Amino acid sequence: MTAAVVAETTGASPHPEPQEHSPKRKLTGYWLLLPGGLWLIVFFVLPLYSLVATSLYDPDGSVLQGYDMTWAFSNYWHALQDYWSPLVRSLVYGAVATFICLVLGYLLAYAIAFKSGRWKNLMLVLVIAPFFTSFLVRTLSWKLLLRDDGFIVNTLQFLHIVGADGRLLATPVAVIAGLVYNFLPFMVLPLFASIDKIDHRLIEASSDLYSRPAVGFFKVTWPLSLPGVVSGTLLTFIPAVGDYINAQLLGSPKQRMIGNVIQDLFTKANDYPAAGALSVILMLLILVMVLFYVRRAGTEDLL
Amino acid sequence: MNSSWQRFSRWLKAHLVLIGGLLVIVYMFIPISVVVLMSFNKPDSKLVYKFDAFTLQNWLHPCADPSMCHAVRRSIEIGLLATIVATVLGTLMAFALVRHRFEGRGAANLIIFMPMASPEIVMGSSLLALFVASGFGGQLGFGTILIAHIMFCLSFVVVTVRARLAGLDNNLEQAAMDLYATEAQTFRRITFPLVFPGILGAALLSFSLSFDDFIITNLNAGNTTTFPMYVWGVAQRGVPMQVNVIGTLMFIISIVIVVGAEINRRRQEKALA
Repeated sequence: MTAAVVAETTGASPHPEPQEHSPKRKLTGYWLLLPGGLWLIVFFVLPLYSLVATSLYDPDGSVLQGYDMTWAFSNYWHALQDYWSPLVRSLVYGAVATFICLVLGYLLAYAIAFKSGRWKNLMLVLVIAPFFTSFLVRTLSWKLLLRDDGFIVNTLQFLHIVGADGRLLATPVAVIAGLVYNFLPFMVLPLFASIDKIDHRLIEASSDLYSRPAVGFFKVTWPLSLPGVVSGTLLTFIPAVGDYINAQLLGSPKQRMIGNVIQDLFTKANDYPAAGALSVILMLLILVMVLFYVRRAGTEDLL
Repeated sequence: MNSSWQRFSRWLKAHLVLIGGLLVIVYMFIPISVVVLMSFNKPDSKLVYKFDAFTLQNWLHPCADPSMCHAVRRSIEIGLLATIVATVLGTLMAFALVRHRFEGRGAANLIIFMPMASPEIVMGSSLLALFVASGFGGQLGFGTILIAHIMFCLSFVVVTVRARLAGLDNNLEQAAMDLYATEAQTFRRITFPLVFPGILGAALLSFSLSFDDFIITNLNAGNTTTFPMYVWGVAQRGVPMQVNVIGTLMFIISIVIVVGAEINRRRQEKALA
């Protein structure tokens, strides 16, 4: 049940128009919407405004003495100058992890939707099961699996894929592998929701008309699964770019991502304006990419 | 020999996708098996995280470090409260969106969608900015964590319940009304029971999102420590194996709930058929 619910949730769900509309019911709608809506306005929208304000504070202030609002747009310039490399690194790591997730996730979602037969529900449960076990504890397990004298590193050394003193921890490989692992379910579920809906007769028709399986896949299955591809890549890319847990536990300072920087600026350096500016930059970058991507992919009914 | 090889390669070709999919699932379970294994580990040293010897001590004394159990309790309390509030508010919103026509649906949908499309670090830092700017910077703790958790669970509840509600067969409600049930009766006897699995799923999802959250929590927690924050702390200075006991328990409990729900659903389906 939960599996199906989550799958439905993360896919592009349909929005049937409500049927009845008397004036009384119209008001009821607002009342039902009010408490939750207020919560989101006060604790999601308002904070974004507050974040933008923080990013424009006078950088010479401090948390204890309070900040003056000086419309210091230079904060943005300084933040970009100081931290452009973790920013770019985050985008690259996020993109690579999303791509690997797409390949693995598509394979898995396709297998569950078309090849699993009566085991479909069981396989779906298996996909979301890891999701319920603590994110941090699982990431610590990867630290153990990838450790320097561990089985994986020893095997890779034996095969001469890495050098004799080569390692996986504290490399981009470990961080990206961690990101792939942690966000894979976010890719699989929307993909499954899309692929599962595809009418099998369309694929049969293409093979009846003598298209080879590969051609059939790229001309029929792939285009029909695009809504799942779009929402899956977004649901993977967005948290992956902002994540800092994998970079911290599996990487080294050389793999610092933008999340690490923002977190440290807030909690250790207490430099709120710079942290705020970086957060706003990250949010804007993601917003622009999402809009561009959704438009290119031609599925605007994601909301 | 040749023909059996051919048969094998034909079989392999037919099942290649399924085998690939199963391998991906195996990959997803490798770290979990490590968590289960390490819950039985008796470490030689606190600093090297590897399997040394078998013991049941971790399971017999899960609270050897009382601060861990304290953190787990905090997480459960926050998780339950956040789940209750988010599920109630989110379900109301889902009903409004599916069953009622009003101006500003687009704006409502956007506001619900946005938290799911924002990186946690941005949501966490903007909440912190708000709390500090409004003078609550010194009172970060249980309350601020709860506020944050309700906020990010809400959207997931709305989309989960909405999906269930949108897939409902309207004829059932129509039939009840035709048989002279009042609107309230129809809701209580037909609509709500049909939507309930969706609400339950949403609650389960909320709890696990809340229990597992680190990034937003860490920015708004003050001196309060949740379980993920505890794990983060000990990750730097040596992990007690009891952490894996909690991880294993979470895994088992969620599997039992999900499988139980699935069995229940099948039984109901059979009863209806």
